[in-house]
Amino acid sequence: MTASRAEICVVACAEAFRGDGEIVAAGLGGTCALAGTRLARLTFEPDLLTTNGEAYLTGDVPPLGGRSEVTEGWLPFRDHLWLVLNGRRHVMMGASQIDRYGNQNMSVIGDWARPKSQLLGSRGAPGNTRVNTTSYWVPKHSPRVFVPSVDFVSGVGWDRGAHEIRVVVTNLGVFDFATSDHRMRLRSLHPGVTVDEVVAATGFDLEIPAAAPESRQPTDEELRLIREVIDPRGLRDREVPS
Amino acid sequence: MSKVMTAAEVVGSLSDGMTIGIGGWGSRRKPLALVRAICRSALRDLTIVAYGGADVGLLCAYGKVGKVVAPFVTLDSIPLEPHFRKARQNGTVSFVEYDEGMFMFGLLAAAHRLPFMPTYAGLGSSVLEVNPSLRTIRSPYGGEEVVAVPPLTMDVALVHMDRADRRGNALYLGPDPYMDDLFAKAATRTYVSCERLVDTPDLLKEGPVQSLLISRAHVTGVVETPGGAHFSSCGPDNTRDERFQALYAKSAADPAAWAEFQERFLSGDEAAYQDAVQQWREQP
Repeated sequence: MTASRAEICVVACAEAFRGDGEIVAAGLGGTCALAGTRLARLTFEPDLLTTNGEAYLTGDVPPLGGRSEVTEGWLPFRDHLWLVLNGRRHVMMGASQIDRYGNQNMSVIGDWARPKSQLLGSRGAPGNTRVNTTSYWVPKHSPRVFVPSVDFVSGVGWDRGAHEIRVVVTNLGVFDFATSDHRMRLRSLHPGVTVDEVVAATGFDLEIPAAAPESRQPTDEELRLIREVIDPRGLRDREVPS
Repeated sequence: MSKVMTAAEVVGSLSDGMTIGIGGWGSRRKPLALVRAICRSALRDLTIVAYGGADVGLLCAYGKVGKVVAPFVTLDSIPLEPHFRKARQNGTVSFVEYDEGMFMFGLLAAAHRLPFMPTYAGLGSSVLEVNPSLRTIRSPYGGEEVVAVPPLTMDVALVHMDRADRRGNALYLGPDPYMDDLFAKAATRTYVSCERLVDTPDLLKEGPVQSLLISRAHVTGVVETPGGAHFSSCGPDNTRDERFQALYAKSAADPAAWAEFQERFLSGDEAAYQDAVQQWREQP
C-alpha cells in the first residue's frame, strides 16, 4: 500500500506524542493533528487520553466526525484550563505565523491596535506554551506562515520562556529545535519533498542537516487504522491534497 | 418571590457604558435572545466580557460596543466571527485581549472578591505587552514570577440555562457548565434566560443536583426564552444550528446580504425571530 501525503502527515503528527504516556493529547490544530493523537493512542501510546472535542474524555477512539460510544472522563473547559497549569497535557495547535524559535501568532495580522486582519485571538496559546509541551501542525507550509518575526506572540517560543516546543509538522516535513540555541531545524522531509522546496517555503534561515532523513512511512496496520477506523470519510485529504 | 421578567425589562434595566459579562463559550449556550433584545435597544458604549461568539459579533454589528474583553471571538465551526473582525479592522471597538486561562482566573478573582489571582499564563507573550496595566509579581515563597490577573468585575452578567425556577435557581443539561456560575458570582447583577421555567420541586426531575449551577442568591431576574440560545448550541437536544450559523456568517460578510438578513430575522421581537427561523427552515 502506498501512503498519501496526508497519511504521512498523520503519522508524523502521531510521532510527536511518542513517549508521552498517560497525559491528555489535545489535537487542536486541524484534521491531521487530531487524527495523529488518535493514531498514537491506537498504536504506540495506548495510555494517552483523548477528547471528543467537547467535554468528554473518550474511552474509545471514534472516527473523525463520528460519535464516541464510550466515555471515561469529564473535561469541561474549566478543567481543560486547570489541566494546562497542572501540566499533564501535550497540545498540538495551528499557527497563522511562526518564527525560528517557535513563537506563534493566531491573534492578528498587522498592527495589533488596528489589525489588517483580526484572527481568532490568543485563545489558550500563551498558557499552553508557557506550561505544556506544545507542537504545531501547519497544513500549508509557506513564507506567509514561516516568518522572520511574528506580528503578535500568542504562543511563546523557546526564546520567550516556552516549556517545550517539541516539533512543527507541516505538509512538507517535520521540524524541531534540536540546535544549540533552539532555532528551528529540519528534522525530516516527507517523501518526494526536496530541501529546496522547504527553503523556498520558509521565510527565515532553517538549520538544514547535511543529509536530511525522510519522514517515516506508515506501517500497513497504521494505514488500515487511518483509512478504516480514524478517518473513513477521508477528511485528511481535504486538508492535505495529494 | 418571583423574579420573572421579560427580555425587554432586562434591557430596560441596563444603561450606557455598562460592563456586561456574557456566559457560554464561542458558539455554545449563548444568551442570544437577551443579546438580540440589546440590539433592538438604544444602549451604547457597552464593555462586553466574554468567551466570545456571535454575542460579541451581533453587538458589534449593532454599534453597541465600546470595548471587548476576551481571549477569542469565534463561531467554533466557523473559526472567525465576521462582525468582530470588521469592528477590529475598522477600529470601531477597543480590545482587551487575554489568554483563556487568564480570563478564567480574572473571573475567579472577581467571584471570590480577591484583588488578583496568580498564573503563569501570559508570561512572555504579547498579551502582557498590549495590556500594560497587567502586572507580574514574585511569589513570596519561591520567588517565581507570575501574572497577577485582576478581577474581571462586571455590572451585569447574562447567562442562558436549560431550566430555571421563578426565583432564579438554574440548571444546565448539556455537557459543559462553561463559566456561567463564575460570571453570575462575578457580577453585581445577573439575569438568567432559560429554555423553560419549572416549579422548584421539578428542578431535579431532569438533571442531578450537580447540574444546579446557579443559585438564586446571585440572580436578579429570570426570563423564559425557548430557543433563546439559537443559533448556538444548548443542552443535550439543541445542537448548534450549523446551517443557520453559516447563513449568518455569509450574510455578515456582505453589506447587502446583511441588510437582507437583518430585515428577515432581526427586525422584529424575539417571537418574530423564532418565527422567521422556523419559516426559513421550511423555505430557505
